[in-house]
Amino acid sequence: MLAFILRRVLQSVIVMLTVALVAFALFRFVGDPIASMVGQEATLAERMELREALGLNDPFIVQFFTFLSRAVVGDFGISYRLQQPVMELILSRLPATLELALVSGIAAFVFGVGFGVYTALRRGGWASSSIMTVSLIGVSLPTFLIGVLLIWVFAVELQWLPSFGRGDVVDLGGWWRTGFLTESGRMSMILPAITLGLYQMTLIMRLVRAEMLEVLRADYIKFARARGLSNRAVNFGHALKNTLVPVITITGLQLGSIIAFSIITETVFQWPGVGALFINSVRFVDVPVMAAYLMLIALVFVVINLIVDLLYYLVDPRLRLDRSAAGH
Amino acid sequence: MSETHKPRPAGRFARAWDSDIAYSFRTSPVAVVAAVVSVFIILAAIFAPLIAPYDPFNPASLNLMDGFTPPMEPNAFTGNVYWLGTDNQGRDVFSTILYGARISLFVGFAAVLFAMVLGISLGLIAGYRGGWVDSLLMRVADVQLTFPSILLALLIFGVARGFIPPAYREVMAIWVLIVAIGLSDWVQYARVVRGATMVEKNKEYVQAARVIGAHPVKILLRHILPNVMGPVLVIATIGLALAIIAEATLSFLGVGVPPTQPSLGTLIRIGQQYLFSGEWWILLFPSITLLALALAVNLLGDWLRDALNPRLR
Repeated sequence: MLAFILRRVLQSVIVMLTVALVAFALFRFVGDPIASMVGQEATLAERMELREALGLNDPFIVQFFTFLSRAVVGDFGISYRLQQPVMELILSRLPATLELALVSGIAAFVFGVGFGVYTALRRGGWASSSIMTVSLIGVSLPTFLIGVLLIWVFAVELQWLPSFGRGDVVDLGGWWRTGFLTESGRMSMILPAITLGLYQMTLIMRLVRAEMLEVLRADYIKFARARGLSNRAVNFGHALKNTLVPVITITGLQLGSIIAFSIITETVFQWPGVGALFINSVRFVDVPVMAAYLMLIALVFVVINLIVDLLYYLVDPRLRLDRSAAGH
Repeated sequence: MSETHKPRPAGRFARAWDSDIAYSFRTSPVAVVAAVVSVFIILAAIFAPLIAPYDPFNPASLNLMDGFTPPMEPNAFTGNVYWLGTDNQGRDVFSTILYGARISLFVGFAAVLFAMVLGISLGLIAGYRGGWVDSLLMRVADVQLTFPSILLALLIFGVARGFIPPAYREVMAIWVLIVAIGLSDWVQYARVVRGATMVEKNKEYVQAARVIGAHPVKILLRHILPNVMGPVLVIATIGLALAIIAEATLSFLGVGVPPTQPSLGTLIRIGQQYLFSGEWWILLFPSITLLALALAVNLLGDWLRDALNPRLR
């Protein structure tokens, strides 16, 4: 048990170190940091002095460790393009991304489970088959195309919903500005949330449907019906409850994907979040922002996967046997 | 089964027509339609210079007066008629789609080829050698699989672009894109090939080759590789659809191919800008082409997977 946890933690640390190395290499080898800091008229001696003062003449390893110790406390320097501290930039845009991810994650889970249960119970009905067909389209459409089509229908043709931005935001004190408290903020969230959550919703829906169909054939369900329990109690109290464990795991794993795909959604809807910040930093080769985002996204994925792996290990005793038998 | 009753037809083509896989293809309407659509789009892209009525990249043939012509309607100033209309610069949308599909398909095929070569080589080595090489490669593969491949392609592209000197960024963009998409997708091939190689390497024909004293590289390429290619083809077909979508996504985000070589994703990006002023055709037709291409290739891959799966026969 302890060995397994240690191995997983060690693996996560190695991944983070590798990503940090890539991020550091970006800093070190893309462009000349001195050239981007001093004016044209700086003399060679002044440049050399600055090099020495900034520690750019130190050995690679020393520089890497300086970078690491700064990264751990969130110091990634100043954005080349926006001339602001990177961490400040990311923190000011993080609420937008997190609110969007939260709304689409919850929507995906609620509608996914709802439609999944419905299509499993009413198999063959016209509503179920149309839900299944729509979900098939949802899986095969690229995310950005879903966003563009939604804008076309709901913002351009029907003019029901705004097509870009966050609407009005309310300052919650400190750096968190929320869009939940205003009418326009909530309206602006609908289209991006659908775009971001549709793929996850279809995934959860298909999973719930498959699990439900499986569970409904089980003996204890037949027995529950034989006891004369109401349909409602059988379907929701017994069947649904037993399908939820894998569903919750998958949803947890999908959290990372939601954050990843928010890059695409934010760009389509000009949503002022971290993903849009990253795309712009790639376009303008804004190294500090790229490096910080790289580390941030790696951290999110590593932490989520670590937690899910550990939970799995705690929940499922079979895994413990398999691992020791396989001898890895 | 039928072989005992029927004499085997002569000729290479006739034998291919009679094979199991051809039979499965002929009897699956979805596969036939998907194949026809894919081949149609691929041929149209290859022969774009011959088919396209206009050359969208030749500034001399462009007339700004022709801009924003709706499909099948004569232009208000010049009276020219375009099948699918024109974009903001007066480029024929039909021609730009043909050339755009060409770039999308080139990037897609090249990325799949790159991922395939990389994945197969690493998978063969890992499966045949085993030991620490195997554990290291599979550990890397495990970690990579936890990231969505589009995100990885995006990150690799961003990092790689940073390392290229600014003067070469535009010229190199398409190759960087191919490598980024390829690197984000090699794991699938490596895992499948590794698994199959571990099974094959203990079979008698491989042992026989080893006894003769054949070089390991020769054993891997001549004897093991042909026997593990079935599943690789399935992954490559579905991978092509994924690569085309990845390329379109990156180009749509404005970080993919340079604007001078617009792919389908770039065209959709341009089309989105004119949606609010009512020029829907600039967006619609490239989107339909992309969807048809991705869907057709995907369905073809699904069919191939089922057809090659012995358990489903």
